[in-house]
Amino acid sequence: MTVRVGFLHSLLRKDEKFLIEEFRSRSDVELIMLDDRKLIFDLETKPDVDVVVERSINHSRALHALKLYESIGVRCVNRSEVSRICGDKIETSVALASHNVPQPEVRVAFTEQSALDAIEEIGYPVVLKPAVGSWGRLLSKVNDRDAAETVLEHKTILGSYHHSIFYIQKYVQKAGRDIRSFVVGDDCIAAIYRSSEHWITNTARGAVASKCEITNDIAEISLNAAKAVGGGVVAVDLFETPEGLQVNEVNYTMEFKNSIDTTGVNIPAKMADYVISEAKR
Amino acid sequence: MATCPVCDGDVELESNTVAGELITCADCGSELEVISIEPPKLEEAPDAEEDWGQ
Repeated sequence: MTVRVGFLHSLLRKDEKFLIEEFRSRSDVELIMLDDRKLIFDLETKPDVDVVVERSINHSRALHALKLYESIGVRCVNRSEVSRICGDKIETSVALASHNVPQPEVRVAFTEQSALDAIEEIGYPVVLKPAVGSWGRLLSKVNDRDAAETVLEHKTILGSYHHSIFYIQKYVQKAGRDIRSFVVGDDCIAAIYRSSEHWITNTARGAVASKCEITNDIAEISLNAAKAVGGGVVAVDLFETPEGLQVNEVNYTMEFKNSIDTTGVNIPAKMADYVISEAKR
Repeated sequence: MATCPVCDGDVELESNTVAGELITCADCGSELEVISIEPPKLEEAPDAEEDWGQ
């Protein structure tokens, strides 16, 4: 039986190319490209696919497209609920807390003064992050009260209202690296260290990827974090702390192009297997 | 063979290139989007938007 896989996308990066080539190598898969720049939803018409795999570069398009597809009965990987939770750091923190998954100390505040009070409460340094954002952009490491007042004022006056929802995270001393683990279904399939001399360790910001052996602790917290956000195919960013591993973020359209050779794991093949199994479920 | 819209250089598309793919012009280094394979057509890739990436 042929599985019709809808591939939701906009620009196609190397990650998407790996996945497309993997699906096209499968004799039992027909790949239907769904360019989010050309889609029109009428709330009724169902595309002729068995499953949609989401690979849009835009979070907001992915979020809404998944919701629209699910509303007309299309199975999606990942589910819209997962994109909603992972796409918003506040939602992610709530989900992690409700599942007792360790994470850095967090405060959320809505005004400059309450944010300043929150920062002083947990102590310097802290990291201010946009609730919705990626690639380490607009992160602010705030080391003292002067910096806190300045950043909060700038965000309030120069930013859109989204930037006045203050997500404040206790800064974690990372010893130059963090861990990104990859979860597909019930398995933690691979992990990398992301090392950088800069306190931001996103590979999009120049951090270097190297193989990380999956310990029992890494697997356990990664699977728990994935479960907390609703499961599926996710990448989990972990901090190593004296108190143990903590989850920084969970990514639902995971970028993996730097991690295939690094880990020796065929990540797109594992993803394709999962998508096909979901279609047949 | 496609033409780079920035430097007018020749850009060879590999056989597995797909529409929508991001590529880089070897001559000028511009990031380009493949608009179509047949006929081969390239445009400058859009700037990163606020909600891009993870």
